[in-house]
Amino acid sequence: MIDKSKIVWRDVHLAFAEKQVLRGINLNVLEGESLVVIGGSGSGKSVLIKSVLGITKPDSGEVIVDSQNIVGCSSHEREAINSKIGMLFQGGALFDSISVWENVAFGLMQTGSARGTTARSRAIEVLGRVGLDKTVADLSPSELSGGMQKRVALARAIIDEPEIIFFDEPTTGLDPIMSDVINQLIISCVRDLGATAVTITHDMRSARTIADKVAMLYQGQIIWHEPVSNLDNPGNDYVDQFVHGRGEGPIQMTIRQ
Amino acid sequence: MKLFSGIGSVVLTFLAATGRVAAFAGSGLSHCLRPPFYGKQILRQLIEVGFYCLPVVALTTLFSGMVLALQSYTGFARFSAESAVANVVVLSMTRELAPVLAGLMVAGRIGASMAAEIGTMRVTEQIDALSTLSTHPMKYLVVPRIIAGLTMLPILVLIGDIIGVMGGYLVGVYRLGFNAVGYIEQTWNFIETLDVVSGLVKAAVFGFIVTLMGCYHGYMSRGGAQGVGIATTNAVVSSAILILVANYVITESFFSK
Ligand SMILES: Nc1ncnc2c1ncn2[C@@H]1O[C@H](COP(=O)(O)OP(=O)(O)OP(=O)(O)O)[C@@H](O)[C@H]1O
Ligand SMILES: [Mg+2]
Repeated sequence: MIDKSKIVWRDVHLAFAEKQVLRGINLNVLEGESLVVIGGSGSGKSVLIKSVLGITKPDSGEVIVDSQNIVGCSSHEREAINSKIGMLFQGGALFDSISVWENVAFGLMQTGSARGTTARSRAIEVLGRVGLDKTVADLSPSELSGGMQKRVALARAIIDEPEIIFFDEPTTGLDPIMSDVINQLIISCVRDLGATAVTITHDMRSARTIADKVAMLYQGQIIWHEPVSNLDNPGNDYVDQFVHGRGEGPIQMTIRQ
Repeated sequence: MKLFSGIGSVVLTFLAATGRVAAFAGSGLSHCLRPPFYGKQILRQLIEVGFYCLPVVALTTLFSGMVLALQSYTGFARFSAESAVANVVVLSMTRELAPVLAGLMVAGRIGASMAAEIGTMRVTEQIDALSTLSTHPMKYLVVPRIIAGLTMLPILVLIGDIIGVMGGYLVGVYRLGFNAVGYIEQTWNFIETLDVVSGLVKAAVFGFIVTLMGCYHGYMSRGGAQGVGIATTNAVVSSAILILVANYVITESFFSK
């Protein structure tokens, strides 16, 4: 079987005003693969996945989903692409004017694939999978803790079993046991549903658990992209320093004393 | 030379902003005509604009009608034209005061809250989240508000017309000693369809301006709580100015012969 690329970034450049964030990204994710992206805070990881959703637009280069370049595509094509993708935003991005279960079932109700009580029971079922019981279903998102909001957002991202799922820091702010539950959930999305997953995380334990491959973003480029088993002997000083969280090494933090 | 380049850049900034607003308005209106429509959202906004603004509009028009009767009575006494009070009240209310006051009050009440709500959704990535959940943010957020502004403001103004005339009647009859039946008869005989219609056309235009500015500034807001605050102020100030300008233009086109 030939492995098929689901998402490809080809020489993607992206800048905000003066600030160059992505400087020639070349990366691919195979169908049914789980890729973890690591990199320093502010290095452009979130921007990288938002470039697939059309939220941030590359200045040059190609972003290819299912062999179709989606940079500058029409809003109609955009909708078709986005309907294949589930996204967990770093900050949750829950709609605060509607209840928790309506948030989770939002996509289902918009596409018309479920309504009313069916949508509600689907939402409660998925909330159960992220460790939330049905008493939270009718609360407003603002009544939940940060970690609970994150899990509601996670439930919203996976409810309609998308082909591609982006998880932007899924386990940040969760306790170690809940983190493991979420890791297992991500694995089951990939193994059982055959989804292609791209996860951003700072949590190395989580990365080792869920990744097939790991990519490291540094200064706007992918400097390392290999199977997770090579993470302990990466053969790259930058990755080595990052993975082991050492203050000493080629990556210099600009801190004024 | 510096002066010219300064003026030039101000003019360019102004033109660019006008262009952006026009593009936003065009896109908003074109989405108003194309399905899908979000009935629940439209209903919510109709209630928000129509019902929750009724008290402020009723109060301002009531007192304006009352003060108008009082002022015109004492002022017109100088050239013994006191009997024209009823005419002055109904003419100023329907043509000018009800639409302008309602427009300005709704700008403060609704324009501000729309900018704040949509602005918060922008900076917390809820608008980005909408587009990943098969929902066009323009259709879901902007269209219902514009429809509510276009339809509810004329209704509010019609009610304001009646309440304003009633305020004039109360002062005229109970304070200034006009004959009750005579006052109503005089009002009724004097008023023309065009007076009311021009006021309602103004109302629809003002409703569009207020909701458009609220949505536009919210939609374009950047940078956290401060950005949302700026958006709110800009929405109110720009709608107030545009209402007064549009008021002159519409009056000119209706009544200059
Ligand atoms: N909308 C925006 N406007 C301007 N600059 C932005 C915007 N979004 C991101 N940036 C800039 O792009 C850079 C990368 O941001 P990004 O959110 O991708 O970082 P990140 O790698 O996800 O960091 P973290 O791990 O802290 O989430 C940052 O320096 C940020 O200042
Ligand atoms: Mg990020």
